[in-house]
Amino acid sequence: MSKEPVAVVGIGQTKHVAARRDVSIAGLVREAALRALQDAELTWADVDAVVIGKAPDFFEGVMMPELYLADALGAVGKPMLRVHTAGSVGGSTALVAANLVAARVHGTVLTLAFEKQSESNAMWGLSLPIPFQQPLLAGAGGFFAPHVRAYMRRSGAPDTVGSLVAYKDRRNALKNPCAHLHEHDITLEKVQASPMLWDPIRYSETCPSSDGACAMVLTDRAGAARAPRPPAWMLGGAMRSEPTLFAGKDFVSPQAGKDCAADVYRQAGIADPRRDIDAVEMYVPFSWYEPMWLENLGFAEEGEGWKLTESGVTELDGDLPVNMSGGVLSTNPIGASGMIRFAEAALQVRGLAGEHQVDGARKVLGHAYGGGSQFFSMWLVGSQPPGS
Amino acid sequence: MTREIAVVAFAQTDHRRSTEESSEVEMLMPVLHEVLDRTGLKTADIGFTCSGSSDYLAGRAFSFTLALDGVGAWPPISESHVEMDGAWALYEAWTKLLTGDADTALVYSYGKCSPGSVRDVLTRQLDPYYVAPLWPDAVALAALQAQALIDAGDTDEPALAAVGARSRADAAANPHAQLAGRVPQGDYVVRPLRTGDCPPIGDGAAAVVLAAGERARELCERPAWIRGIDHRIEAHALGVRDLTDSPSTRLAAEKAGAFEGPVDTAELHAPFSAQEVVLRKALRLGDGVRVNPSGGALAAHPVMAAGLIRIGEAAARIHRGESDRALAHATSGPCLQQNLVAVLEGDPR
Repeated sequence: MSKEPVAVVGIGQTKHVAARRDVSIAGLVREAALRALQDAELTWADVDAVVIGKAPDFFEGVMMPELYLADALGAVGKPMLRVHTAGSVGGSTALVAANLVAARVHGTVLTLAFEKQSESNAMWGLSLPIPFQQPLLAGAGGFFAPHVRAYMRRSGAPDTVGSLVAYKDRRNALKNPCAHLHEHDITLEKVQASPMLWDPIRYSETCPSSDGACAMVLTDRAGAARAPRPPAWMLGGAMRSEPTLFAGKDFVSPQAGKDCAADVYRQAGIADPRRDIDAVEMYVPFSWYEPMWLENLGFAEEGEGWKLTESGVTELDGDLPVNMSGGVLSTNPIGASGMIRFAEAALQVRGLAGEHQVDGARKVLGHAYGGGSQFFSMWLVGSQPPGS
Repeated sequence: MTREIAVVAFAQTDHRRSTEESSEVEMLMPVLHEVLDRTGLKTADIGFTCSGSSDYLAGRAFSFTLALDGVGAWPPISESHVEMDGAWALYEAWTKLLTGDADTALVYSYGKCSPGSVRDVLTRQLDPYYVAPLWPDAVALAALQAQALIDAGDTDEPALAAVGARSRADAAANPHAQLAGRVPQGDYVVRPLRTGDCPPIGDGAAAVVLAAGERARELCERPAWIRGIDHRIEAHALGVRDLTDSPSTRLAAEKAGAFEGPVDTAELHAPFSAQEVVLRKALRLGDGVRVNPSGGALAAHPVMAAGLIRIGEAAARIHRGESDRALAHATSGPCLQQNLVAVLEGDPR
């Protein structure tokens, strides 16, 4: 059973901001979709199906918004799927779309993810009480802070590493015109002096709350051959899930993340990720997750991830750049954040990342996670088609 | 050469007006165990898992993340979720099996309507700026559709009453149904729809196992092969749609190959009696086709599971040898906005 190779030929994002009061939800998603179609030099008529994702419907207060968005996304008369896998949803959505092409069900698929957080209050959406369940405690930061603390204790990492990540990502964001936070006067001292929110996570080590959308046009080999600009080829993609709460769970380095990465590397023929992969867009909503995920994804031995960060390896001009776009720390329209990682990975191997382009990026990993480190989705894209 | 994929097992809860005493996970677990037991598979044997549900029924964000615990997701599993009826989760799983990445898939969905007012909840599906603030509820919108059909001369109130009566009479043979037997047509809820034209409000869950090729034959004596499956969406705004017709159903049926041969059974997801009239026309179903032998959505309507149940019921008839070629349909959105059609076949006997 051979799969159809999947190519990314169009990418579009909105300029992410705290509140897009000038557009409706439909207007927001249409902006990203049109930009992706423009990049691919295709029209709505060329799209066979639409796959859309976002995080909880409670964030905007619209139940199953794909129904309302069918008109705006040119989906009328077409198949439309709506994916929701918590924070990993942007990645999962892209993978569901990619499977439609890989299975030869459709030739060209538009996939899109969004969040218009200004329409509601995400902190509230995340904090509704659930009987007999551990509360998530004031959004996500309260849940993740103890796991960061556990990482610091286990690895012996100095408590300066988190601020290094934030300082790097916010500087990278200055080179990305779509990024939400453009802190032109950012300094390491400012990050370190920012208020402590959930010890050890400081204000400047925390993702913002953004409005934004990201879209991609995925197509088959024939579609890629017609594409006006270089395609990114999907070399591997996988999803893994595990329960959020159970006694045996390793919150610092969840097994689902390791298994997901291993599956992607197997598909893509990656023997040594540190050597074979040129750059990574990973889901880092709180700065300390960079060293944590470096280990989880196999770029560093257990307890050694922080050393890569500290020695500058993950800087834009380092040996393994991480979050060239500025990452989730600079832009977080939650439902779209995973797809932005996937799309930024594709931009890099297409050589179209502009000022935040990494020279010679040929294989780049896009990574997303969600829930209480419960859901993982990843893809590896390359400048050359699979098998070449 | 595309892979052959079949529904090899189906299980559902008894659908009930309220399941206050149990959580979603507790409602779901017996169904998951039952469907796996039918195939002898364990969670760890399943190649891909996909579910369908909606946060709005539970009234909180990420409600599906806890349901996953009921699957037994350790060691980590390959898994995904659609915020849609489980029929679309089955579609995603079917795609995954087609790629060859997995040979078996577990699909499940669930809906508890009892915690809130489902009529009010479903208004939140509508255009959030222009329509939802007016709170037009699902029954009112379905009544618009029914009146449009009556005005067009496609049906009348006695004919609609007959749809309700037939569904509930058939449901008498379905141990899982919520409403069965003689049910009076009742008073008007929203003219021209009476209580007998509307689905019961209820809680329930369903699960299906899919398998590819030889694996399907190992797991099931008579697999229900998915010969085709497709889904299409229409415009959201009711003002730009002809409510007496369902072009998306017709197109999905065409793409699924429904018109390439006669079907003997059709399980239609028509929560309101008048919607069966629309679907029969779009799907060109003659009087010889057995429609909703399970009682359909008028006998049990756990939102988000009712569409998957149609596929499961159609497949189960093939498993039992009561059907050779069956059509299953699922819908989503107000007035049949989005529709999925699957064509299932058993091996020749």
